[in-house]
Formats: sequence, C-alpha cells, structure tokens
Amino acid sequence: MDYLAVVLLEILYMIAFLALISAGLAVVFGMMRVINLAHGEFVMLGGYATIASSKAGINIYVAMLLIAPIVVGAVGLLVERLIVRFLYGRMIDTMLATWGLSLLLIGLVTLIFGNTAVSVPAPIPGYQIGRYQMGGYNLFIVAVAILLYVGMWVVLRYTRAGLIARGAMLGADTVSALGHNPRIIYMLTFTFGAALSGLAGGVLAPLTGLLPSVGGAYIAKAFITVITGGAGIVAGTLSTAGLFGTVNQLVSFASTPVVGEIAMLLLAIVLLRLMPQGVTGRFFRNST
Amino acid sequence: MTGSGFGVGRIRWNWFVAFALVLLLLPLLSEVNTPTLLAIWALFALSLGLMWGYAGILSFGHAAYFGLGAYTYAIASFNIGESTAPLLLAILIPMIFAAIIGAMMFYGRVSDVYVGVITLVVTLILNRFMNATAGDAYRIGNARLGGFNGIPAFPILNVPGDPNEQIYGTPYYYVVIACLLGSYLLARVILSSAFGRALIGIRENELRMELLGYNVQGLKTAIFAICGGLAGLSGALFANWAEIVTPSVFSLGQSAEVIIWVIVGGVGTLVGPMIGAVLLGTLKIVLGMQTSIDNSLILGAILILVVLLIPRGFAPAFVAWRRRLAQLQAYRRHARGTTRRRLHVKEAEQ
Amino acid sequence: MSEVVIETRDLSVHFGGVSAVDNVNFSLRERELRCLIGPNGAGKSTFFKSMTGQLRGAESSGRVLIRGEEVTSWPTYRIMRLGVGVKTQVPSVMNGLTIEENLWLSAIRTDAAAADAVVEEIVTEMALQPIARRQVSELAHGQRQLVEIGMVLANRPSLVLLDEPAAGVTGNEMERLVSIIRKINRNAAMIVVDHDMHFVRMLEAQITVFNQGSILVEGTADHVLNDPRVREVYLGTRAR
Repeated sequence: MDYLAVVLLEILYMIAFLALISAGLAVVFGMMRVINLAHGEFVMLGGYATIASSKAGINIYVAMLLIAPIVVGAVGLLVERLIVRFLYGRMIDTMLATWGLSLLLIGLVTLIFGNTAVSVPAPIPGYQIGRYQMGGYNLFIVAVAILLYVGMWVVLRYTRAGLIARGAMLGADTVSALGHNPRIIYMLTFTFGAALSGLAGGVLAPLTGLLPSVGGAYIAKAFITVITGGAGIVAGTLSTAGLFGTVNQLVSFASTPVVGEIAMLLLAIVLLRLMPQGVTGRFFRNST
Repeated sequence: MTGSGFGVGRIRWNWFVAFALVLLLLPLLSEVNTPTLLAIWALFALSLGLMWGYAGILSFGHAAYFGLGAYTYAIASFNIGESTAPLLLAILIPMIFAAIIGAMMFYGRVSDVYVGVITLVVTLILNRFMNATAGDAYRIGNARLGGFNGIPAFPILNVPGDPNEQIYGTPYYYVVIACLLGSYLLARVILSSAFGRALIGIRENELRMELLGYNVQGLKTAIFAICGGLAGLSGALFANWAEIVTPSVFSLGQSAEVIIWVIVGGVGTLVGPMIGAVLLGTLKIVLGMQTSIDNSLILGAILILVVLLIPRGFAPAFVAWRRRLAQLQAYRRHARGTTRRRLHVKEAEQ
Repeated sequence: MSEVVIETRDLSVHFGGVSAVDNVNFSLRERELRCLIGPNGAGKSTFFKSMTGQLRGAESSGRVLIRGEEVTSWPTYRIMRLGVGVKTQVPSVMNGLTIEENLWLSAIRTDAAAADAVVEEIVTEMALQPIARRQVSELAHGQRQLVEIGMVLANRPSLVLLDEPAAGVTGNEMERLVSIIRKINRNAAMIVVDHDMHFVRMLEAQITVFNQGSILVEGTADHVLNDPRVREVYLGTRAR
C-alpha cells in the first residue's frame, strides 16, 4: 500500500516535472510555431540566476519565483529582437539558429561560472511514507506546476490577453484583425515563454548540482513532450506529459531509470510517426 | 542530360587530380595525425552534405550513424580479429539502421521538421543507451560496451588477410584519403545518374516528382541509407584514429558540429561541406589547445551568424554567382550579334 | 468501341464529419474530354485528388478503377505509372531547375534512351525554345503553366487531369492553351477542372457539374448551362 502511494507520487512528480520544463517551449511553439532549441539553456539560466541570487543573500523563494523568470525573460527578449524575429516562418532555420544559440549560451555560462557544479539546498524537508523517505520539495514542484497550468488555462480562456494569444495561434492575420501588431505580440510571447523556462529552471535548481550542460537533458524531454502534444498549449502538453511521465516512471520502477528514459523516447518516436499533428491535432481539436 | 546540368557542374578533372596530388604529397611536409582527423571529418560532412544539399533531407542526428560505425567496428574487430570484415560491417550496419529509420519516416510522409525531431531523438536514444552500458553484463561477444568509458584498445586496421600487419601513421592517412576521394567520386557518380537527378527533383518539388511516377519514399530512403553508410565509414575510420570509442560519438554536439560544417561550407555543393569541416575542424583543434575562449561559444556564434546572413552557406552563393555570370556573358554575346556558327559551337560544348 | 479509362463507383470521402464527396459514380471513356465545373466547395478538388491517390487522413469508401484495375488504395506514384498525367491547381514545377531539366525528369520516366529527343520535341511543340535554358523560377505564371503541361506530356500519358489550367491565362495564351488541350486529347482522355466558363465553352466538351459533393447534372455546355438547377447553384455567376 505504501509502495503504491510512493509509485503514484513519483509518477505525479514526473508528470509535473515534464509539464514544468515544457511550459515555456509549449507557449512559444503553440503560439508561434517556433522550435527553440535553446530552451534547455533558458531553463539552465533560470537555475543559475536562482543560485547566484540565493548565494547573494536573496530569499530562495523570491530568487526562484521572481528573479529567475525576470532574468531569463530579459534574455528571451534580447534573443527575440536579435535573432528569432528575422526567422519567423522558417522553421528549420529557426531550429538551426537556436541550436547555435544553445551552444553560445553554454559557452558563455561556462566562461562565467566555470565547469564545476553549483547547488543550493532544498528549502522543504522530506517526509515519510511508511518505510520510504520522500522528498518534500517534490510536492512543492507539483504544486507549482498545477498552479502554473491552471493559471495559463484561465488566462487563455477568460482574459483578453488570452484571446489575443489564441488568435496568434491561428496566425498573424488574426492578431491584426483583433487590432494588435503581430510583431509586438510575438515579441511578448517569446519573452513570456522564456520567463516560464526561467521559472522552471529556478524551481528545479535545488534538486541537483547545476552545470552549464544540464540544458541538454531538459531540451530532449521538453521537446518531445511539446511536439507530440501538438498545438494545444495546455491540453497537448499535459496529455503528453501525463503519458510520458507515467511510462517513464513505470518502466523505471520495473527496471532501471535509463531504460525508463529510453522507453519514453521510443514512445515519442512512435507517437510522432502515428500522429504528425500531435495529440491535440488528432484528439483534442479546438482545445486550448 | 548527363554530365553538367541540374546545378551539378561537370567534374573538373584537372582540379581533382591536382588536389589529390597535394593530399598525397602532404606527409612529406607535415605530420599526418591532424590531417587524418580532418579528412575523416570531411568524409562525415560529405555524407550529410550529399543528402541535405541534393535531396533536401536534413538529419539533426547524423552522428547516430557515425557512432554506429565506430562502435560496430570496435565490437566486430574484438570478435573477429581481422579488420576487413569489421570495416565492411561498420558501413553495412549503419546503412541498414538508416534504411529502417528512413523508411519509417519517409513512408510515413513525416514533414521536414519532424524528420529533424525524429533523427534527433534517435541519436539521444543511442547516446543514453551507450552511456548506461557499464559493467560486465553489457557485452557483445568479446567486447564489453563499457558504458560511459567506452571501448578502448580494440584491434586497429590491418592489411587485408594479415592481422599482424597493422596500418597506422602515414599508411593509415593514405587509407583515409583513399576513402575520402573514393566517396567523393561515388557521390559524383550518384549525382550524375538518373537516381541523383531524381533526388534533386525531389528536393525541388516532391509532389511533382510523385505525380511523374517516381517512388519518392523509396528514393529518399535509399539516399538516407547510403549517406548513413558513408557516415558509418567515417565513424569506423575515426575509431581507428582515436583507438577508443566512447558514447560521445553519438552526442548532440557531434550532430550539431557536422551540421555547422556543412552549412558554413555550403549546402548545395559537395566540396563546400568538406571545406567547412576542414576549416571549422582546424578551428576546433586550435581552440582546444587553449582555455580562454570556449569552443561552444565560437561554434554557436558562427552558426547563428551563418543562418542569419548566408542561410545556404558560402559555396552555393559562389556557384549561383558563377552561373549568373555565365548567363550574362551568353546574353551579351547574343546581343552583340555573334554569328550563328559560333552560337551553335557554344551549345554543342555544353 | 470506346472503353472506360477511369471510373469511380460510389466514391465517398469524409473529412471529420464533413462529406466532401458523396457517392459519386463517374466514368470517362478513351479519348474523351470532360470538363468538371461547380461552385467553390462543391468537392471538385477532393474528387480530383481521390482519383490520384493524393488523399491522406480522409476516410473514403467506394472504388476508383483505371481501365478495370482497382486503384483505390494505391500510392500516387503507382497510379501515375499507369499512364496518368496530372497538372495541379498551383503549378508544381521545379523552380530551381531549367525548363529542359524539368522536362527531362518527366521524359526519362517512360523512355530513358529517348529522353533528350522527347525534351526537344516538347520544347518545340510548346514554343518554349527561347527560354528553354532559363530557370523556371524566373518565368511568369502563364509560362510556368505551360512548363507544367509540357512535363505532363513528356510522360506520354493516356489519361490527363488538369486542375484549373486557365487560371491566370488570358487572350492569346488562352487560345494557345485550348489548342494544346485539343492536341493532347487526340491521344489521351482528359478531365479539365475549371471555373472559367468562357474557357470551358471554348473547349466544346461534355460537362459534369458538381455541387455539394455529388454530380448535379451532365451534358453539353448548352444543356447544362440552361438547366435551372445549375443556374440556381451558380446564382450571381454569369457565363462570359
């Protein structure tokens, strides 16, 4: 019974983890059809921003929930203005340029922070379920993920900004028809997506030692979660996060974490092949 | 319409021979260790450039076949002892793997972007898998896969039939150069053939090629497999050069690097990718010798700049410029009212 | 007697819940020229594509037969190899290649040895000599249409499907187009889909009118255009 609870909690955590690291990429991909391969590095930057400000004395929660998104949002704005905005509509070129950006960011961070791991302790203590020691902080991550997605859904459905965002998903013409400049909307969207990635990085910072290269782990999982999810930002990402998280953890429990990860990647290939429009392209059409 | 046309110039034999001579005489002027590596990278770049520039297929995980070639060679040579079969297997296994992945993608009519994504994920899977194969349990025959640490000290290339006569140093350099030049000529032959012309047509307009009755999916799978085989060859040659194979051969970094080499050198020519590999490879080696400027930083900046400023790289811009110049000259001559006889002679030459 | 070249039996195509083609029974005989007309959204394009295996992601039922051979589930290229030539709505040609290279890719499919000769023949037939070595991307829309038709011909098809060949074609070029079509028709059965009633009249062929996914009426131009149902469906559209 205890074991079941542990498994379920681990699955829930994995889903939340995937949902969190995918949020920024989902917003940018869902609204602008931009595949940002530097997304993992944005998450990494959020982590570094959190750790640096925490070490400078700022409260850890402020560092991860406020500083990280702001810093990475600013970086995102810069990137959009200097690189991405020239490549709208050119998906392959965008992938290439953002791949270059990811290398650049890794190089920069290595230059500034060096190649040794930095870390910060988790602010929430662990707890017990029967014989098992659980990380308390994981529950905080789940809570943040839930709040984030509920928030996004509410904004998309019920606010004017959300309406414009959903219009943007249909194309620049719709945005113009709504009376707004598509270029400005795209700029804001990319910035917002970057901020979300920064938030994810900040929240995840206390979990492991941070290296400039951690982005690589994040991008792969976020990537497949978002692309197989399809255009629906909330519905798509959550359904694939749910699917992958479950498969990953179940297989991991049955054998090893590596096999679990490989199972997830294989599943991704199968889904991509069978549903080129993503899950929301096939099943939940017209969902947000 | 064989020979020139379709954007593939006629092979200039004088340049080719001159270049081959330079390569052959190089050992007299310098050490061969670095040139060997650069030639291997050039071959790897050629394998991607052929597919990308002429068939329009961009793989974001071409390192998968490079790595498979390297690992296949290492594992096979441990088990077989003589190197000829392992080398052939190192071409065949990646080719078969590429045929399977390619068929799955192309017969599934997956879009360009998804080809990029799927190829990326395939490399990730191989990378993760190989990284986790530490321990005695993971072995194929005599070869322990070695996980993160890889497979060291496998038998290197030997003279076919004589396992004791190992090939390294300058003789090995010649083997690599032979493979490079041979592959280049193979690529040329492909491009001049109906198969190659069809690939170029597919790059230009897949739908139209289908409507003309071409089995587009089969053709794309075929070139994907061939280029996978060539990448495998370069991987096996790399294994022999490095005398160790580690999971880094499957890394995203390796896939990114080869794309950068091709795009900088020029998508749309055969020579461009090879030049890109040599130039950027040299840069990488030079940068690797110091620690102040990080290699990732430079490569990343280069990729961004190239995509923004010269999306198809230097070489095609040059080729297009030359074509335009030739057309302009032809018009000028026509306008000047050249005699009919001279015009006919000009047309016969083409 | 004239045998049937292509026919559909109870062909239906659905997209999601929408019925784009509804139980269509259509047949075309050897060397027959047929025009397909109908208002926007009538299902002409879908019908067109379903005959050439180009529909993916659609649920379809019924059969398509070419000379008695069932091709309903065949991939496009296989159907084309039966001697079918298709010209698409938006000209699909190889923009980065020259006219000659475009034609060559088509000619080599049926007869590799004679390819160069066929290319020259087509260039002459379509009066493309002055621009034969130009890159297609540099050509005007009307010229590109001609190149595409040339490519279709180079394959020596016995069944030709043209989707809106008259789009963007005016005056002299239209007359040239009509004579090219008549010439093709000497050797091949043809289906021409178009909106331009002036052009359709010039072709003097049997007409099939589509509406809401099914065939409304078939017959000669006069018969069809005087039919009250057709007038109703085309309310506001006047034949030029």
